[in-house]
This record gives sequence, C-alpha cells and structure tokens, in this order.
Amino acid sequence: MREAMLALLAKEPAHGYELRQRLSRALGPIGEVLNPGQVYVTLSRLEKAGLVRADQVAQTTAPDKKVYEATAAGREHVTAWLLDASWPKVAPVEFHLKLVAAAATGLADPLALIDAQRRELLRRLRDVQRVAQDPSVDADGVLLLEGTALRLQADVRWLEACERRWTRR
Amino acid sequence: MDAEMNAVIEARGLSRHYPGDGTPVRAVDSVDLVVERGEAVSVMGPSGCGKSTLLHLLGGLERPTAGELRLGGQRVDRLSETAWARLRRRNVGFVFQAFHLVDELTAVENVELPALLVGASRRTARRRAVALLERLGVADRAGHLPDRLSGGQRQRVALARALINEPLLVLADEPTGNLDSHATGEILKLFAELREAHQTLLLVTHDPRVAAVADRLLGMRDGSIVEDTRLDGGLSRQAVLAQIAGWEA
Repeated sequence: MREAMLALLAKEPAHGYELRQRLSRALGPIGEVLNPGQVYVTLSRLEKAGLVRADQVAQTTAPDKKVYEATAAGREHVTAWLLDASWPKVAPVEFHLKLVAAAATGLADPLALIDAQRRELLRRLRDVQRVAQDPSVDADGVLLLEGTALRLQADVRWLEACERRWTRR
Repeated sequence: MDAEMNAVIEARGLSRHYPGDGTPVRAVDSVDLVVERGEAVSVMGPSGCGKSTLLHLLGGLERPTAGELRLGGQRVDRLSETAWARLRRRNVGFVFQAFHLVDELTAVENVELPALLVGASRRTARRRAVALLERLGVADRAGHLPDRLSGGQRQRVALARALINEPLLVLADEPTGNLDSHATGEILKLFAELREAHQTLLLVTHDPRVAAVADRLLGMRDGSIVEDTRLDGGLSRQAVLAQIAGWEA
C-alpha cells in the first residue's frame, strides 16, 4: 500500500483526499473497504522517511491543505519496488505442517483438517465469485478478484492432492 | 423427519451396490439426502467416491439396489422403466461433461426435442427453444449442427435443452470438464443466474469454481456423504471485500 501510494505521488502531486480516491479506484471493489486513516498515517510516515515532501497550500475558502509529492529518493524507492520480483507466501507451509502434526500427535484427523480447510476456501471462493459477477464491477477491479479466485482454486486443488496422500496411509 | 412439502429430492438409505470379485462394490452406500426447492448443491469427492453414480440414481439413469427415493414428493424408486422415463423427461434436466447432443440435429432442434417428447406443439417447442438459446447467448448458433459449435457453445445448448421443460431439478455431471477456462467462466455465470432464479441444482464436480457456485456443499467418500455444509457464510459485502484484501472489516 505504501509503495502504491508513493507511485501515485510520483506520477503527480496530490493532497490526501485525492490520493485516497485514486488508490480506491485502482483497487476496484476492494477500494470500498480502504481505511481512510491508513492513508494519512502512511503519508506522514513517508514524509518522515524523506520519500515524500509536503507543501502547505493556502486556500481562500477552506483551511490550508497539504499537497504531497514524491522526492527523488521516493522515486528511486518506487522504481526498486516495481522491479522487485519477490512473491509472498508461495508455499502453504503452515497447513502442510498441521497435517504432519495432526498425524504425528493423533490430536486431530488429517482428513478432517483437509475437509474443514476446503470448506473455508470454497466459502471464500464463493464470496469472491459473487463479488466478481456483480455487473457494477469494472474490468480492472475484476482482474484483482480473478487473481484471488485463481489462488483459491489452486489451493483447493492442492487439498485434493493432500487428501489422496493422507487417505493412502 | 417427515416428508418435506418443499423437498425436490428425498433419499433414504439410497444404495447402489454392484457384485464385485468376492466383496460387493458399494458405489453409493445408504445415502440420506434432502434437497429443498431452490437449493443449489454441489457434490465433491475423490474419483470413484460415487458422486456420479449418486447423480445417476437421483435422475433415474440407474436404479438403486436399496433405499427409497422421492422426486417432488413422489416415490420413484419403484416406478417402471417407462414411468420413470416419462417423469424424468418432464422433471429432470441433465447436463453432462460430454454434452450428449444429437449430432444430426441442429442446436435449436436439440433444445426443442425434450419439449416435443412431452407433447408440446412444434410451434411452442420452437418458440421456447429459441427464447432459451437467446437467454443463454447462443441464438446466433440455432441453425448449426453441434460439430460446428465450440465446446462452450455446445454446453450452452445442452443447458438450454436441460431447461426447456422447466424441470423441477437440473443435474449436472462435471459440466465444465471438457471446457477451457474462458468457456468455464461463461457456464459458471449461467449456473449462477439459474441459482439466482431459484432453479434447484445439483452439480457434481471436481472444479472448485463450479462447486463454489452452490450454497451447499456435499462431500463424498467411499459411497457415503461425509460432509454436508453451507457455503453461504452470511458475510456482508464489506466483510467479504475486507477478507479478500486481508484487512480488518
């Protein structure tokens, strides 16, 4: 979120409210639940880190407002972020270890854990599909939901593999 | 529990055993199941768990070796083959993985066939078939033979055929099993529309996307239903979005 805000400011200076609007639009439906407070907290942190500079702009009919813009260091930071190919949480390590632990300790049945996890993932997939099928969602917004749905599908398929493996033992 | 007024499917101890080498194969083993009118149910489970056999039993394509089955309140497990066939034509729509369209008939002729078989006039059958093809987005393919259609178009035609007699129940067996990802998405939308229209649906599938169309999930293993759970968690749209984003609602 921090870097995305910085990138928007590297494109053009904006005050807090404008930035919030742009970020929200970029996120599609998920933008609906963007926490406004988080945007302002992040802006002040970016400012302290020297990645963003704020100018007070006097207004005649309203209180002064702060306009934020990315500094040179901020632009460098954005470029590095854009080119960084790290990918969070590829391996479902924790669930895998749960299955191993359940079998080893006898405290739970691995197949019951798999069933419960599948239920939870299918519930989420159902919810995501319903939001994505809402005709009011624009194409960019759907793309993010599609990514979410694809990952959930992949996880459910992996659970099938887990089920086959743990059924045979 | 007594017979439910609104139940489309009521199965008690429904079983299908085959004589095997020594021990009988229990393809479906003493299944109790009630599906209410308007419910969308998906059935998942590993290959060979009996989910397709269950679908065949519920649609009368196979006969149970034990147990009772009611369809729309009517006892059907003891019906003659002919009586079952008549009831099935009117009340059950099937969608299969391999489409099962008649190769020699055009799309619209495939769709109207079940209506003609239950005695609709040619004009009524054609009118309803055309309207359904329109609703499913394949009206421009009405005059084509199946081999001129893409997989996704064939499955839409098959779905139109399943719906033409406004069946009590639509049974789908791996409806997206032969489709690419895009065509799957299109078929999913149609099933979602059917669900919203309160069409009673039972979807047998491996595909998580298809399973997630339903509001209720049945899990099968070794011929038995081992789980029966609601998929609608009752979360608000805001809560759903927050969960997707990984933020607090």
